[in-house]
Amino acid sequence: MNWVWIGSNLGLIGGRILEHLALTAPPIVIGLVLSIPLGYAASRSKVARSILLSVGGILYTIPSIALLVLVPVVVGSAILDPLNLVRALTVYAVAIMVRSAADAFASVPKDVIASATAIGYSRWQRFFGVELPLAVPVLLAGIRVVSVSTVSIASVGALTGIDQLGSFFTDAFQRSFLTEAIVGIVAILVLAAVYDVILSRVGRALTPWNRRQREVMASPRVSSAPIGGSL
Amino acid sequence: MNLFGDALAWIFDPAHWSAGPDISGHLLEHLGVSGLCVLIAVAIALPIGVAIGHTGRGRGAAILISNIARALPTLGLLSILILLFGIGLLPITVVLVVLAIPPMLAGAYAGIESVDRQTIDAARALGMTEWQIIFRVEIPLALPLLIGGLRATALQVIATLGIASAFAFGGLGIYVINGLAQHDFVQLLAGAVLITVLALVVDGVLAAAQRVVVPRGVALGRSDRNGPPQRARATRPRALQEGMQS
Repeated sequence: MNWVWIGSNLGLIGGRILEHLALTAPPIVIGLVLSIPLGYAASRSKVARSILLSVGGILYTIPSIALLVLVPVVVGSAILDPLNLVRALTVYAVAIMVRSAADAFASVPKDVIASATAIGYSRWQRFFGVELPLAVPVLLAGIRVVSVSTVSIASVGALTGIDQLGSFFTDAFQRSFLTEAIVGIVAILVLAAVYDVILSRVGRALTPWNRRQREVMASPRVSSAPIGGSL
Repeated sequence: MNLFGDALAWIFDPAHWSAGPDISGHLLEHLGVSGLCVLIAVAIALPIGVAIGHTGRGRGAAILISNIARALPTLGLLSILILLFGIGLLPITVVLVVLAIPPMLAGAYAGIESVDRQTIDAARALGMTEWQIIFRVEIPLALPLLIGGLRATALQVIATLGIASAFAFGGLGIYVINGLAQHDFVQLLAGAVLITVLALVVDGVLAAAQRVVVPRGVALGRSDRNGPPQRARATRPRALQEGMQS
């Protein structure tokens, strides 16, 4: 490790961290927002579910380096435009999140939905007041996976000349300078951890009832094995 | 959109299939190295994953490993190992195997874990040994999820190998890297199309295998169920299942 290099390049490192943030935050947010209506549709209709999940699966199958090239050609933007990275990461985010969102809305108990209808909730009230809040825990689990992989995949953008933390890897290779690569990996891991902490805090704030419920739910899960064994 | 036509013409240009290191050579290289790395990863991760799923021990460690692996940037890992060990097949194989182990491990333990405890208890009550339970009950019932793990592993390896071309490795990514360096967007797009097609074909073959290996009893139990398949419970008679839930 060359600490002197790190010390004299703090500005560069900070700048690339900011660039990485700017390129990864929009895909995570857009992915979440887009996946909510898509996932809701998938949880409501079997046809929609199979179509959306297979399209998501196919998009997720496309290797990152290929998607980075395919996106500009499909969208019609310049191949070296940094926004392509945002678009490609958004495609991945939606592809992963649709499944999570579909599972999230499917996890809302049917009785609760029926109760909301029975006491006079309109469709929209029911969605925003009951279904969406109850879907938050599973949505949150999905978006945490998305945020971690988005931060990591974004580094591939360095290959198409989009500056962010991944540029440390290509620079390190070209200059045979290990320190840069290590700085890049550490910064990406830290950034992923920061996203994760922020998201789990937000999730906890959005589900104040969940902490109590988790304790209640823990007991039957533990006891399920002995019951099976005693039969 | 015309660029797509040019890229397809480029791919099907006989000159790119005959001279020197041609498309077929890079394709075989990509497939061969991917296959080798997936095999090594399976040989390492499958027994460990099955052991974790069977005993229930080490689950936390397995989850931790797969979470860290998801956060590790493949490009970064590649650059570090190549700087340490030099350009060559060995560092690339090591990186690919390291990245391929977590998804296989996750598929293996999740698959074994998804097998209904009562089915396993029944097997034990019938006098099966632990090895018989693993090979005759748990693995057959877990096969769809095991192959799911294999799919994720194969995709990870194929995608990472595409990136490895940036570090003087051949493979299909070479067309993307060369295309970028030479501002030859037709070659660039052709490379992207080739990698995508390879990934989709491999994934499709494994997806078909995933469908075929579902044990008959499980497939029967699944057909009349709504929502996501719950393989774990499918081998139990319905009446017994309902009786126990009340």
